[in-house]
Amino acid sequence: MDNSLAVVWPALLDGLVTTVAVSLSALPLGAPLALLLAAAGRGGRLLRSASAFYVSFWRGTPILVQLLIVFYFLPFLGLELEPVVAATLALALNTAAFQSEIYRAGLQAIPMGEREAARMLGFSASQTFLRIEAPQAFRIMLPALVGEMQALVKNSSLVSVIAVTDMARRAQQVAASTFRPLEAYASALVLYVAVGAVLAGIGLLIERRLAKGVGR
Amino acid sequence: MTSGFLSDLPLYASGLLTTLTVSLAGIALSVGTGIVLAAALRSPLLYISLPIRLYVEFTRGAPLMLVLFLIYYGGAQFGLVLNPYVAGVVGLGLYGAGAFAEIFRAGFNAVPKGEIEAADMLGLTPGQAFRHIELPQALGLTLPPSIGQAINLVKESSVLSVITLAELTKVAGTISSITFAVVTPYLTVALLYWAIVESLSRLGFYLERRLAVKGY
Repeated sequence: MDNSLAVVWPALLDGLVTTVAVSLSALPLGAPLALLLAAAGRGGRLLRSASAFYVSFWRGTPILVQLLIVFYFLPFLGLELEPVVAATLALALNTAAFQSEIYRAGLQAIPMGEREAARMLGFSASQTFLRIEAPQAFRIMLPALVGEMQALVKNSSLVSVIAVTDMARRAQQVAASTFRPLEAYASALVLYVAVGAVLAGIGLLIERRLAKGVGR
Repeated sequence: MTSGFLSDLPLYASGLLTTLTVSLAGIALSVGTGIVLAAALRSPLLYISLPIRLYVEFTRGAPLMLVLFLIYYGGAQFGLVLNPYVAGVVGLGLYGAGAFAEIFRAGFNAVPKGEIEAADMLGLTPGQAFRHIELPQALGLTLPPSIGQAINLVKESSVLSVITLAELTKVAGTISSITFAVVTPYLTVALLYWAIVESLSRLGFYLERRLAVKGY
C-alpha cells in the first residue's frame, strides 16, 4: 500500500502537467470561434442557423465521440497531427460551442440603454464595446467561464482514449503496473477534484477583484 | 460501403438499445439518489449536510471515466466483481446524483414557507402538503435543469464504452475495427446521440408547457 502510493503519485503528477496544459490551452483556443459564433447568432438568417447548427451538434453529442471523430478525420484532410494536438483541437471545438452561449448571454445582459447612452456621449462603436459593454459582460460571464474551465479539466480525461498520456492515462498505466487500481484511480480522482477546486478558488479571487469599486 | 453499412445496422440498433437502457437506468438511479441527497443537504444537522455537500462537490469535479475505473477495476481489488452493466449504471447513477441533489435542493427551497404553513392551517397533513403543494411546484421549477442533467447523462453514457460495455460508442469502435472505416461509424453514432438529445429537449419543452398551464 505505502509502496504503491509512492509509485502512483509521481506518475499522476507527471500526467497532471499534460492534463492542465491541454485543458488550459483549449479554453483560449476555442474563444475566438465562440465569439464568432455568438456574433453570427446576432447576424442574418443564414449566419444564425449556421451558428445554431454548430452549437447544437457540439452540445448535443458526447465529447468522447467528438474526440474520436476529430482524431480519425484529420488524416483525411492530410493533417497528421500528434494525438495531443488533435485532442486539444477537439476540446477547443467543443468548448467553442459552450462558450458561445456564455458570451451570447453575457452580452445580452447589458441593458441597451447603456450602449445608447455611450453613443450619445460621443463614444465610438468600438469604444462603446471595449469600455462599456465588454468589461461588464466579462464580470457577468466570469462564473460561467470558470465553470467551463472546470468542465474542460474534467472532460480532458477522455483524451487518454486517443493515447494522450494525461493524468487519466497515467493512472491506467500505474494501475496496470502495480496491480493497485483502487489506489491509482482514487488518487487520480482526488487530484482532478483538487484541480477543479483550485480553479474555483482562482475564479472567486478574480471575481472579488473585479467587484472592487462597483456599487452593486 | 452501403451494403456494409446496412449489414452493420443490427449492431447499431443493439448499441442504441443498450445506450437507452443504461442511460434510463442511470438517470432513474441519479434522480432517486438525488432526492435523498437533497433532503440531506437541507438538514440543519451539520454532520449530515456537510458530508453530503462534500460528496456533491466531489461529483462536480470528478471525471466519470475514473469513477467507472474505480468501481469496475478498483472494486475487483477487494473482491467486488461487477459486470459492466451494473458497474456502468451504478457509476452513472452515483456520478449524476450530485447535480440532481443541487437541482432538487434549489427547487424545494424555492417553494415559499408560507404555503406550507397555509396548507397546515387549512388542515392538510404534512404528507398531503408535500404531495399536493410542495412537490408539484418543486417538480415544475426543477424541470428545465433536470432535463438538462438527463441530457448530460445520456451523453456521458458514451464513457461506459471504456469498461467494455457494448453501447453506441463501443459499437462504433467495433465496427471501425472490422471495416476499417473510421469516420462513418463515429459520425453515425454521433447523429444517433444527437437525435436522442434533441428528442429529450423537445420532450422537456412540451412538459414545461403542460405543467405551466396546469400549475400556474
